[in-house]
Parts: sequence; C-alpha cells; structure tokens
Amino acid sequence: MNAHSWLARVGTIALPVVIAFAVALLLLQLADAPPFEALGLIWEGSVGSAAKISDTLSAWVPLTLAAAGLVVTFAAGLWNIGVEGQIVAGAVAATWVARELPGPAAVLITAMLLAGIVGGALWALLAGLLKTRGGVNEIFGGLGLDFVASGLAIYLIIGPWKREGVASTSGTDLFRPEAWMPTVGRAQFAVIPILLTVGAVVLVYVLMRGTRFGLRLKAVGKNPRSAHLLGISTERYTLAAFLLCGGLAGLAGAILVSGVFHKLVPSVSGGYGFLGILVVLLAGYRAAWIAPISFFFAAVAVGSTQLSLRLDLDSSLGGVLQGVLVLLVILLGGWRARRTRRRMVLMGPERLMEPEGP
Amino acid sequence: MSLELQDIHKSFGPVRANDGVSLSIEAGTLHGLLGENGAGKSTLMKILSGFISADAGRIALDGTPLTLSSPRDGIRAGIGMLHQDPLVFLPFSVLDNFLIGSGRRLRLDREAGRRALEETAGRFGFSFYPDAPARTLTVGERQQLEIARLLWLGARVLILDEPTTGISATQRTTLFEILRSLAAEGMIVAFVSHKLEEVEELCDRVTVMRRGRVVGESEMPAPAERLVEMMFGRVLVESEPTPPPFGEPVLEVDAITLRERTLTTSELSVSVREGEIVGLAGLEGSGQRMLLRAAAGLLQPESGRVRVRGRDLTRRGYRDFLRAGIHYLPAGRLEEGLVPGLTVAEHVLLARGAMGFFIDGAAAREDARGAIADYAIVGTPESTVESLSGGNQQRLLLAMTPPDARLLLMEHPTRGLDIESADWVWTRLLERRDRGSAIVFASADLDELLRYSDRILVFFSGRAVKALDARETTGEELGHLIGGKELV
Repeated sequence: MNAHSWLARVGTIALPVVIAFAVALLLLQLADAPPFEALGLIWEGSVGSAAKISDTLSAWVPLTLAAAGLVVTFAAGLWNIGVEGQIVAGAVAATWVARELPGPAAVLITAMLLAGIVGGALWALLAGLLKTRGGVNEIFGGLGLDFVASGLAIYLIIGPWKREGVASTSGTDLFRPEAWMPTVGRAQFAVIPILLTVGAVVLVYVLMRGTRFGLRLKAVGKNPRSAHLLGISTERYTLAAFLLCGGLAGLAGAILVSGVFHKLVPSVSGGYGFLGILVVLLAGYRAAWIAPISFFFAAVAVGSTQLSLRLDLDSSLGGVLQGVLVLLVILLGGWRARRTRRRMVLMGPERLMEPEGP
Repeated sequence: MSLELQDIHKSFGPVRANDGVSLSIEAGTLHGLLGENGAGKSTLMKILSGFISADAGRIALDGTPLTLSSPRDGIRAGIGMLHQDPLVFLPFSVLDNFLIGSGRRLRLDREAGRRALEETAGRFGFSFYPDAPARTLTVGERQQLEIARLLWLGARVLILDEPTTGISATQRTTLFEILRSLAAEGMIVAFVSHKLEEVEELCDRVTVMRRGRVVGESEMPAPAERLVEMMFGRVLVESEPTPPPFGEPVLEVDAITLRERTLTTSELSVSVREGEIVGLAGLEGSGQRMLLRAAAGLLQPESGRVRVRGRDLTRRGYRDFLRAGIHYLPAGRLEEGLVPGLTVAEHVLLARGAMGFFIDGAAAREDARGAIADYAIVGTPESTVESLSGGNQQRLLLAMTPPDARLLLMEHPTRGLDIESADWVWTRLLERRDRGSAIVFASADLDELLRYSDRILVFFSGRAVKALDARETTGEELGHLIGGKELV
C-alpha cells in the first residue's frame, strides 16, 4: 500500500470515528448523562485494567476470527451472512466433543477446536452448495441456515443435552473442567485463543496477498466470467472460500463454548458474526485492518457495560456508537464510489465498438 | 414542423460516439438512420429522447430549442422513443402498462385509461385485452402497446431503435404500415436500423452514420451500392504474400444447432485447418458469436458434433477445450476477458496457470515486464487493467494466450482500436498463423475480413448463408450478403 492510499484509508476511518463520537456525545447529553465521564467509563471498562483488557480480548477473539473468515468470502464476491450460523455450528460440534470424548485437557480441547472448525466449515459448505448447485443466493441461504443453526442449538439445549432434571434455555450443564480453555494469570488471559486468532489473521493476510489461491479467489470475486474463461473453476473457489470462512467461524464458536461460557447456550454466537461483517466493511475488505478495528469494536462493547453499572444508562449505547460508525463509513465510502463511478456509468457497450481516442 | 439536431457531440471517455452530428428531419417523411453497429446511431437517439445528455450541440423542435435532461423532458417535449427492447413491465396488465408514466395526478383513472387504450388501439387495428398480463404479449405486441402509449402521451416525434429485432414478418408489415400512416398524418418518424433492406423498403429519406459522424444523406430509393459504401467506407483489398499451406484440421464442427435466448441457428458446419484464418461476417447477433462460443466449449450444441484435432469434444466442458489448445478472446475485454481491479502482473500470473502455492512476487513482476515488452503494452506490471486503453487491453489478452495455442477464437479482434494498434494485433496474429495456429474471428469490419481471412462465412439471422473465398470476393458482395441480399 503506498503512502497516499494509506492516508486515504486512515481518513475514511478517522473521519467517521470522530463524527460517530460526536453523535454519541450528543446522545449522552440528551440523556442527561455527563458525556465525557461516560466516554471515560467506556475507556476504563475496556482497557482500564488487566482484567478489563482480558475481557475485551475475549470478545476480540471471536469477532476477529469471524472477520478474518469474512475477508476470504468477500474476496470471492460472497456476502456470507451465514457466518452467524457457522459460529453456532462450530459451538455445537465442539460441545458434542466435550460431552462425548474422554481424555485429558490437551487432547479434549484440541479435539473441540478441530470439531468446531469442521462443524463451521460443513455448515458453510451447505450455504455454498445451495449457491453453486441450487442457485440460492448466499445471502438468503445463509440467513436461512442461521435460523436453522440457532434452532438446532436450542433443540439440543432443551432436548437431548438438557441439564440434569430440568430443561432450561439457560444452557446445557457446564462442561467438565478438562474442556475449559486454560487461562494465564489472575486476569485470566486466554492465551491459546489469542494466539490462534493472530495466526488466523496472518494466515488470511498471506493467503490473500501472496498465494495463487488468493489471486484466483479475487479473480472469481471480481469477475467470475473472466475467471471462468481463464480456466479457473469458479465453483471450486467459491466453495473453498465458504469452507475457509466457515472453519474460522466454527473455531470462534468452539472458543466461545470452551473459553467463555463453558457450556452451550442458545445465543452462543452473540452477534459476533454480523458484527464481523461490519468490521470487514470498515476495514475495506483488507485483512491487515481487521485486528485493530475488531479491538475497537470489542472495547466499545465491553466498556459500555460500565454505563449501566455506573451511570444507570442502558449499555446499548455502545451498540448505537458502533452502528453510527458503520453507517457513516459506508455512507462516505458509497459517496466516494458514486463520485468516481459517475463518469463511467453511462459508458454503455458502445464504447467498445468505437474508434479509440488518443 | 421539423426536428433539428445541430453539431451534437458526445464522448464516453476517450471515445467520440457522436462527433459533430447535424441532422434535420421533416414532418411527414419517414426518415431512416442507417449505420453499422457502433456507428453512433443509438447514442444520438438516446440524446434525442433525453436518456443521456449531449456534451455539446443544439436540438430544436419546430424552431423551439429543447433542453432534454431526462426521458421525462423528452416525453414532455413530445418526443417518444421506442426502445429496442420494449419497456414493458411484464407482471403488470396491459392497461397498467398503458397508464404507467401518464399524468401527474395521484388518482389513476382506469376507466378513462381503458377507453383511451381501446380508442388508440382501434385507430391502428391493434387488439389488446386490457386486463391480460403483459407477459402474454409477443414482442411485436409489446411494441404496439408501447407505440399506443407514446401516441396517447402526446408524442409528436416517434423514434424507433432497431424495432424489427425479434418480431414476426406479419408484425413487421403491420409496424411498417403504421409508421407510414403516422408519417402521412404529419408526424416526425425516425427509423434507426442497420438493415439496408428495411430502410430501402420503408424510408423516404436516409442519413448514414459511420464512426460517430454523418457520412451521407440521400433521398430514397437510392442505389444499394452507394449506401453500402457509405456505411462501410471504400473497401480496398491488398494482396498478401502467400501463406504456408494448411495442415491438419484443428476444428471440425459438424452440423451443430445452437440456441441462445431468442436465436436458434440452423445446422452449422465448418472445418478449420492449421494455419488457416476463417472470418465470420454478419450483423451483430446473427450467430457468429454463438458459433465461436460453441467452438470454445462455452455453449453446448443442441445437436451435431464438435471435434478438436480429431478428438470428439461434443458436450465437454470449456476446460477440456482449453486443454486441447483452444483459446477464446471475447469482445467484452473488461467484461469477459480481464478482471477489473487486478493488475497486469496478476493477470499474467493467472494466465500462466503455473503450479505452486506461493507467488514469487519478484519473478511475477519480471514475467509481467517480459509480457509488457513483448507485446508493447503501455503500462506497468502494477497498472490495473481498467486503466489500460482498449488497444493495450487487447495486447494483454494476446500476451495471456499461450504461444502454443492451436486455435484462437476471436470476437472483433480490433474493435475500438486505432489503425496502428489494429495493424500491430494482426501482425502478431499472422505470426502465430505462420507457426501453425488456426484463427477464427468475427468482425464487423469488411476490410479486416477481406484482408486477413482465407475464407469468409457470412451469417444472416442464425444461418451461415454463404462461404466465400476471401481472395475472390469483393466488399460490395460481402456488404450485400451481410444485409441479407444476394448481389445479382
């Protein structure tokens, strides 16, 4: 990336961030809350102490994993709305392993993570096959599969996997301790998930920048017709993108059940998938930017829980902040694209038939 | 009453689609606008109907200057455009389609509309069921509905853009009768076509366009030779040195029928040998593109066989054809050939199809520099393909085609290129031919067809009407055959 486009990217993020904060301040003012104190609380509550940073990181992990996967599907020109269901599928698969597989923690947790990857990947493959073989747009197929996945989780929780004695939507029984993701220190840093997430981001970055696979994937995403004429199997690459994204989303699901909830809960994905889509949009579909942007989102989400505790405000203010931010970024991006496209939009097919100018 | 267009200019990027067009159409005459595809007719008519705005120039109706910035302005000024594909909302009823775009009042008076529809339809002998869904209408009937609607909206000028595409012979006769009676009533009727035959049959006066300019005007009837010459320019054929003798057959197409959208071809057969160049002539959409795509494995024939170098590849996939050394270079370079957003270096990488997971960035740049030097592409390895000019995009496509390709299937290999680029492209193609590659290309440029082909196959509405020896035919004969007329 050269200096100019780097600046432009910072600009497209910084400007909306400033405006989004201004809107948030205004909202706080309207709610009769001291605006700067509130922002201070969000800061305190997200990165104010080692324990808070640990909390923020445990939200950062699934968000970043989902976003990393989505970079791949977006590159292939796919709107993988099904990412949310793929997280759930990974969580279900990992839960099954946690319940069924004996053995020490090292074996069990490895198996759970692998099961999560496989579960998410298969769930994504379903959306992919619906698209390539059934002609179902991935947005609708994915959305449908999201509902199916969450239905499946709820069925398992109140059905076959219900707690001893009572069936409750609060979740299954807690896993046995060997299935709990180990943490480090008093602040309980989940080192393994953090390392896996960093690894996933690096993997996606390298894949998209330095490999033939990534290049072909981009070709399929940007112009499937040309890609086909170049001899690239568009179906194979579409499915591969789904598998990769589903695998990473499923890994996020496995980490959530093993490291955060220690059981399967109905809304295990908690919207990380959808939020991941926003992160990728904000990052301009580039892997390099998703880690910091995810961290910002995670910090706002975790920090704003302080607002309800300390200022008696609703913690959804954090959500408002995120939403305004994304809207502004998309608005600015759309406005910019419109300006550059205006000169091209009327260039009908005739331009190909006319003599060439100087 | 008359419609005056003065010095109309319209450019799309570097392309001058209309380059100082002046035109005057008198009421009561059926005025034809003739020219081959890409001559700038449609652009001019879109400007006239308000669909796009001219960069410069004046339009006046009956002496009153018009400012047209949207089709709505066009309708208000009394200019009605019948588009090539009638603008009919298929799920709506006939009546709703008729009423759409009418009036500015909130309430829709269906009963008054029904009477108006019946009256207008009665005047021209159309018969519609107002409540039938529009999807039950044939293309010709949709056109009739659209004409009725435009007249009811108060059109004083009627523009028809290639109106005979896809309608039956009877409907064509009806359409022509209507146009004659409208002109007789004092309407201004502009009939846009690339079909010589129709203009000869229908029009009182004709304006011929070529390459964005008006190249001639004539009262009708006029000698066909003169119109052909105006449309295509004077065709000069130069003799070429004798090419090497042909080798084994590369492509054998045996009685295939093809179907795509509304066009079904008759049984097509052609055999192409090593070192041979076959040109496909004909108006756009007469079946040439379908034959090329079938020969590339991109369009499955309904019947018949396709053999490549003796192997039967009928109904095999595109990738099998690719492996057999068949390469297809489409006309839509950015739409089907290249991937906008990716760079020259990335294209060269994609085309090489090399194995290995990781990309060696330095080697890739080196490779791209080689291709840029070999094919004289103006650009760098980091240039995105959409930033290249049309000629350089074509050069890149050629660079991406492996040198050992056995058969090149090309659509309009030099369309949109300046003469220098076009010559350069053909020099490279002839080099490949001399090394034993066969070439089949479709073109609208008679000069190109005559100069480079060994044989020319002329297409007319899905049929290969004639196979010509390029050395023994003339531009005039070719022009007539393309227009669907035998030269007597």
